[in-house]
Amino acid sequence: MISLAGRDIMHAWGKFVFTGVGLGLLIGVTLSMAGIYRGMVDDAKVLLDNSRADLWVVQKDTLGPYAEPSSLYEDTWRSIRGMQGVATVANVTYLTMQVRKEARDVRAMIVGIAPGKATTPGWPPYLVAGRQITRSHYEAVADIATGFNLGDHLTIRRNHYKVVGLTRRMVSSGGDPMVFIPLKDAQEAQFLKDNDAIWQSRRRTEANPAFNRPGSPGLLDAVITSQSSNPYVNAALVRIETGYSAEDVAESIRRWKRLTVYTRSQMEQILVGKLIATSAKQIGMFLVILSIVSAAIVAFIIYTLTLGKIREIAVLKLIGTRNRTIAAMIVQQAIALGVIGFVVGKITATLFMAPIFPKYVLLEPLDSVRGFAIVILICVLSSAIAIRAALKVDPAEAIGG
Amino acid sequence: MNSKGIRIENLKKRYGSGDTAVYALKDVNMHVAPGEVVGLIGPSGSGKSTLLKCLGAVIDPTAGRMILGNEIIYDQGWKVRDLRALRRDKIGFVFQAPYLIPFLDVTDNVALLPMLAGVPNGEARAKALELLTALDVQHRAGAMPSQLSGGEQQRVAIARGLVNRPPVILADEPTAPLDSERAMAVIRILNDMARKFETAIIVVTHDEKIIPTFKRIYHIRDGVTHEEAGEGRKFE
Ligand SMILES: Nc1ncnc2c1ncn2[C@@H]1O[C@H](COP(=O)(O)OP(=O)(O)OP(=O)(O)O)[C@@H](O)[C@H]1O
Ligand SMILES: [Mg+2]
Repeated sequence: MISLAGRDIMHAWGKFVFTGVGLGLLIGVTLSMAGIYRGMVDDAKVLLDNSRADLWVVQKDTLGPYAEPSSLYEDTWRSIRGMQGVATVANVTYLTMQVRKEARDVRAMIVGIAPGKATTPGWPPYLVAGRQITRSHYEAVADIATGFNLGDHLTIRRNHYKVVGLTRRMVSSGGDPMVFIPLKDAQEAQFLKDNDAIWQSRRRTEANPAFNRPGSPGLLDAVITSQSSNPYVNAALVRIETGYSAEDVAESIRRWKRLTVYTRSQMEQILVGKLIATSAKQIGMFLVILSIVSAAIVAFIIYTLTLGKIREIAVLKLIGTRNRTIAAMIVQQAIALGVIGFVVGKITATLFMAPIFPKYVLLEPLDSVRGFAIVILICVLSSAIAIRAALKVDPAEAIGG
Repeated sequence: MNSKGIRIENLKKRYGSGDTAVYALKDVNMHVAPGEVVGLIGPSGSGKSTLLKCLGAVIDPTAGRMILGNEIIYDQGWKVRDLRALRRDKIGFVFQAPYLIPFLDVTDNVALLPMLAGVPNGEARAKALELLTALDVQHRAGAMPSQLSGGEQQRVAIARGLVNRPPVILADEPTAPLDSERAMAVIRILNDMARKFETAIIVVTHDEKIIPTFKRIYHIRDGVTHEEAGEGRKFE
């Protein structure tokens, strides 16, 4: 027996390739959407990996520092450092804001890193160009996705920074590229008031008789100094000494310091389960819509192709073709359409969508396999209407009136 | 082989029921011997297509008997279980329009029938080629139907009707779209094939040109057949 579907496709290949390509673009978008979700999850993992922390110590009862605001006294780290099983502790601040370079500005996550070296938690672990920050002020390491280059001068709030190093794939969980600056500068950027505000607050303090007492001349200055300094950070990153369990150390910090502590797996849970959950839902919704649209297209195309063959189908039935053979012909054509569409979609997603999309798109082979199975399933199901129409064809029609 | 050809006795067909019932066939009696070509003629609405559909096992008669070869295929009800296989193996169809499958080449259009019956591709194609040769279109064996002339298409359609060597062929206005020369050629082919393959052939026609070629003619009027001797004129 010959393949009726195959012969028909060869005969009308233009139609098949054309609709296959159209379907393929749709499948390409679908695969890319899945890739965007995978990319977001992967970004979150990379963010956690690159911070090289085993524990995140944050403000009590917050989901900080990525999912919720959190602030700790900057000297908290000293008391943690002395605890059993703690190898290193480093303060860190995170703040997402616009970073200006001349007239242009870029949305970036400013990471304030404590003095140290590349292995200090919070520091970018590897650079693609330049060097790490060596001065305690006004130097920056920027992710390549910001578009900044070595030697560029950036403006963050009122201060200027020189880009001395570049990283790759250092992004926040929202996909914003990171810019690393010294901790002190970052604290200032986060809490800095403008000159008018400073002046005004000084006047208010001076006007308050409780602070401005003739009997204690040093008090006013002390109060003003404390108001204008900023002793907070967003989190302290802890590395565990080998041989200790992260969970045990976390538990003792929780108990003794009355702070909230997350382990790596808890942090991942927060990022993936809470922070990107909304995006995941949106993407899921799009996937459903795209699947329905694809199904509708396949159903419509296969139905139209079948209606165009009603006479041939009547003849085939008259000369004794079994219904099964005719149904198989239609299903095979639907599957062929799905295969063409999938191949085109995979190519589109890999070669065109992923490289140009402004977010990291991670195309996992397993997603492709799943996608393929779903496409084929959709094609088979959507050929049902066409098969119904074909089976209803009366062989008597071939004889005519 | 098909010692009896086809025999139809008191065949009746009613469409619908009650007030709207139409008696398309009231009393049809026919006999076509193997190797014989008979004409079936009648005015519009007389029941010709209905009769072909009953013979072709695509609609159910209401009453009567049909005997194909030695087998009673219908006697107040179908006596064969698989009507599809009956159509495929025992009845050849030739239509007014050739109705070839546009996506199969000439050979496979003909070879499809034996293939459907489970004959291996190579063998089926050999059978097809044999018939295409008999019908003198073997030189177009690899062409697609759309590349053939009307007459060539009709010959391929006849080859398809004959390829399973059915004991009976039903031809519905096979010459209608053809000029008289081509029409004569088709009739000659049908006669040749009838003789060669011992096939009983019924040709439904309006075509004045070919009516004189039949030795026997069945007239059908208001669903009733009358047998008549034809001129049996030589064609050429
Ligand atoms: N499906 C049907 N339902 C009801 N009546 C039908 C049906 N098909 C045919 N008829 C009626 O049966 C009668 C015979 O029709 P049939 O098609 O057999 O005629 P015919 O001899 O083939 O005519 P023509 O030469 O015009 O093709 C007509 O009166 C027709 O209206
Ligand atoms: Mg008719």
